[in-house]
Amino acid sequence: MAAQLQFRDVTLGYDRHPAVHHLDGEVAPGALLAIVGPNGAGKSTLFRGIVGIVKPLAGTILTGDLDVREIAYLPQTLDIDRSFPISVFDFVGTGLWRQTGFFGGMGKDARDRIARALAAVGLSGFENRTIGTLSGGQMQRMLFARVLLQDARLIVLDEPFNAIDAKTSADLLALVQRWHAEQRTVLAALHDMDLVRAHFPETLLLARGEVAWGTTSEVLTAENLKEARRMCEAFDDSAAACAADEVPSRAA
Amino acid sequence: MIYDALIAPFVEFEFMRRALAAVIALALGGAPIGVFLMLRRMSLVGDAMAHAILPGAAIGFLLSGLNLFAMTAGGLIAGFAVAILAGVVARTTELKEDASLATFYLASLALGVTIVSIKGTNIDLLHVLFGNILAMDDPTLLVIAFNATLTLVVLAVIYRPLVIESVDPLFLRTVSRAGAPAHLAFLALVVVNLVNGFQALGTLLAVGLMILPAAIARFWSRDITGMICIAVASAMVSGYAGLVLSFQTRVPSGPAIILVATVLYVGSILFGNVRGVIRQMFPGRHLEA
Repeated sequence: MAAQLQFRDVTLGYDRHPAVHHLDGEVAPGALLAIVGPNGAGKSTLFRGIVGIVKPLAGTILTGDLDVREIAYLPQTLDIDRSFPISVFDFVGTGLWRQTGFFGGMGKDARDRIARALAAVGLSGFENRTIGTLSGGQMQRMLFARVLLQDARLIVLDEPFNAIDAKTSADLLALVQRWHAEQRTVLAALHDMDLVRAHFPETLLLARGEVAWGTTSEVLTAENLKEARRMCEAFDDSAAACAADEVPSRAA
Repeated sequence: MIYDALIAPFVEFEFMRRALAAVIALALGGAPIGVFLMLRRMSLVGDAMAHAILPGAAIGFLLSGLNLFAMTAGGLIAGFAVAILAGVVARTTELKEDASLATFYLASLALGVTIVSIKGTNIDLLHVLFGNILAMDDPTLLVIAFNATLTLVVLAVIYRPLVIESVDPLFLRTVSRAGAPAHLAFLALVVVNLVNGFQALGTLLAVGLMILPAAIARFWSRDITGMICIAVASAMVSGYAGLVLSFQTRVPSGPAIILVATVLYVGSILFGNVRGVIRQMFPGRHLEA
């Protein structure tokens, strides 16, 4: 079966400094993949590369037959302006962008779908609240509702369970498992190793580059985790140009 | 008495009716733009842009004297150039929008003042700086009305991506490429409305009828539609009351309009039901849920 996602010697970063360095690998359709690694390991950058926000410094990311705009992306809530006066209903409704575009109206069908998505994450009754009045957990539920509406085959979740209570985590994890059962491909950046071991069959341990990628039990070994922690977090301003990048360019 | 003070000036004098029509058009176009400027944390960007249009208007003035069409065309070209250059620099480099705009508008302002001082008299300079809403002729009024209509139409087209880009820009970038064009179109609307306000209120106060009504609306509504409606209404009230004040007291009309808006703003700070000062001091008993 063709891969849903392929990384071909991908380097992603900012201002020439790599945040993800020479990553190779494939994600099969329907996979449930955890991306783990210390802060600064490149997890969020990798996701931004997948959804096209960050362009690779080198290499390519292939998304099979999917247009990059058909990927559902759950960002960290820090990236959202919570002071903006938009209701929960309208915010979640943006998940229908592919159907509504610039001008499409919100008909009864769309409103019903939004209501069902809100009900699925336990936010019925919150429709008219502005997003600034939500707690952290409610905010995360709302973002999941928007992902639900996007009805995407590839779903990318950036630290979806951070700073939320156990009940909310369990509810949202159930949604992730539902997506997996529906044969959607799900990638999630996570820090809770117990949760990863219990629910994610496949793991990529990232520390700028790949430390290990495969079955979760084989990846999350003490030795691999120690190796990941050794990674250098700071950019080196005096670093030389990457020698590995010269090889393919010469070949080309 | 009330009729004489509040209505008679508009019944008796055509220039007052023209001025009233102009402020209504300015309110309809400028206030919604002001709301988005405020919500996108770009209030001072509007102010910077107001200065940026000066050299274009000044070149128009240099070529054609006090010809509003020439000055408008020049202002639009200068404003668009600065808006687009600043937008492109902000999106392609590390420089944020405010810093990028500041660099361009300062250069633009310096150029504008230089051009005006080469040819203009003090009276010309005063006109450029403060406008003259009481000297509207039909063509000028039509330009203002056209610009207001254009603003509402374009705003309707870019409304959805503009809202999403304001609240969750990363999401918009993942589902659509509309973010950058919508942002640039919005900056263009800022320029169009500044040029509009420029004719009536001058470069220094043009942004006033955009930002002050938006700031007033923030104290009375939690939702964006409500904010836009309140901003337009308060801009119209400021325009009408400012004209009356100007007529009755001989205060210059532009400053009078902005001063009335300022009074409404101070009143909103005090009495607004969305985190107004009085409301916060006396919030009433807490609720059950």
